[in-house]
Amino acid sequence: MAAIFERLRQRLPALECEVTQAHGVPVVSLPPTRLFDVVTVLKDEFQFDLFLDVTAIDWLPREPRFEVVHHFYSTSHFVRIRLKTVVPDADPAVASLVPLYGAAGFMERECHDMYGIGFQGNADMRPILLYEGFVGHPLRKDYPKLQEQPLVPYRK
Amino acid sequence: MAFTPIPIPIHATGGKSAAFEYLTTKKDELVGWARKFSLFPYPFVTACCAMEFMAVSSSPYDTDRFGAALPRFSPRQADLLMVVGTVTHKQAPVLYRVYEQMCEPKWVMAFGVCATSGGFYQNYAAVQGIDKIIPVDIYVPGCPPRPEMVIDGIMQLQDKIARSRHPVITRDF
Repeated sequence: MAAIFERLRQRLPALECEVTQAHGVPVVSLPPTRLFDVVTVLKDEFQFDLFLDVTAIDWLPREPRFEVVHHFYSTSHFVRIRLKTVVPDADPAVASLVPLYGAAGFMERECHDMYGIGFQGNADMRPILLYEGFVGHPLRKDYPKLQEQPLVPYRK
Repeated sequence: MAFTPIPIPIHATGGKSAAFEYLTTKKDELVGWARKFSLFPYPFVTACCAMEFMAVSSSPYDTDRFGAALPRFSPRQADLLMVVGTVTHKQAPVLYRVYEQMCEPKWVMAFGVCATSGGFYQNYAAVQGIDKIIPVDIYVPGCPPRPEMVIDGIMQLQDKIARSRHPVITRDF
C-alpha cells in the first residue's frame, strides 16, 4: 500500500492530479478533462483492473456543485483508489469509462438517473432504476423529497 | 284431510320477496362459509416481509388450518392477493395488472407496513400504501408483522367473508 502510494505521488501530478490519503485509501483529485487519461494510466501502469462504482455528491449551494466519485480496486496489489472530479451545475458531464471497463455502463446509467451527470461516450443512457418519463433526478438536493410521479392513476 | 301449506317462518312481511330474501340470506351464509375456508392466496412478494410470509405459511404456524395455505402462482386461480412488501411506483403497473387478472370474488391483504402505508419509505420511489391503486380488505401492520398478527388478519378476513353478501350474479357478470 505505502509503496504504491509513493509511486502514485510520483507519477500522477504530471496529469494535473493531487494525490492525498484518507482512511488508508489513496484519493486522487483531478479536473474532468483529465479523467480518461488518468484512469488509463491507473489501469495500464498500476493494475487497477476492477471498476467498483461511480457515484456523485450534490454540494448545493456550493459551486462547482457536483463531485463525481469513482472507485477502483487492484486485484494484484489488493489496494483501492478513489477519484474525485468536480463538475459545475451548468455542464455536469465527465468522460465515460465504458471503453476501459465494461462494468461502468450500468453504474454510469444509475448515476445519470439519480444525479443527472452526463457520461460522454456511453451510448446507452436509458433509465436503469427509474422509469421512462420520470422528470428530474431524485437524489439531487433540490428534488422535493415526497414528490411522486405515479404510473398508475390513484383511486378516488 | 285437506293439504294446508306450512308458511315459511319469516319475520319480515311482504310475501314472495321476503321469502326470497330469507333464502338469499341462507345462501349467502352457506357460500360465505364455503369461501372463507378455501382462500387460495397469490403471494405478491416484493421485499423482506417474504421471510415472515414463509414463516407463517410453514408448519410451526401453518395457515393451512384456515384453508389459506396453498399458494396459487397464477392470479387467475387465486382469491386472496397478499401484497407482501414495498411496492414502488415502477412496480405499481404490475400489481395493478395482477389484481385485474384475478377472478371475482377476490380479496386483498396488505401485508406489512410498507404495503399498508409506505412505511418508512417516505420518498419519491415508494407507493404510499397500495390502497392508492387497488382496494384493500385487510391491513396487517408491522415491520415485519408477527405470524400471530398475520393469522389474526386471516381470521378477521374470514369473518368479513362470512358476513358479506355473495351474489350469484355479480355486477361484472
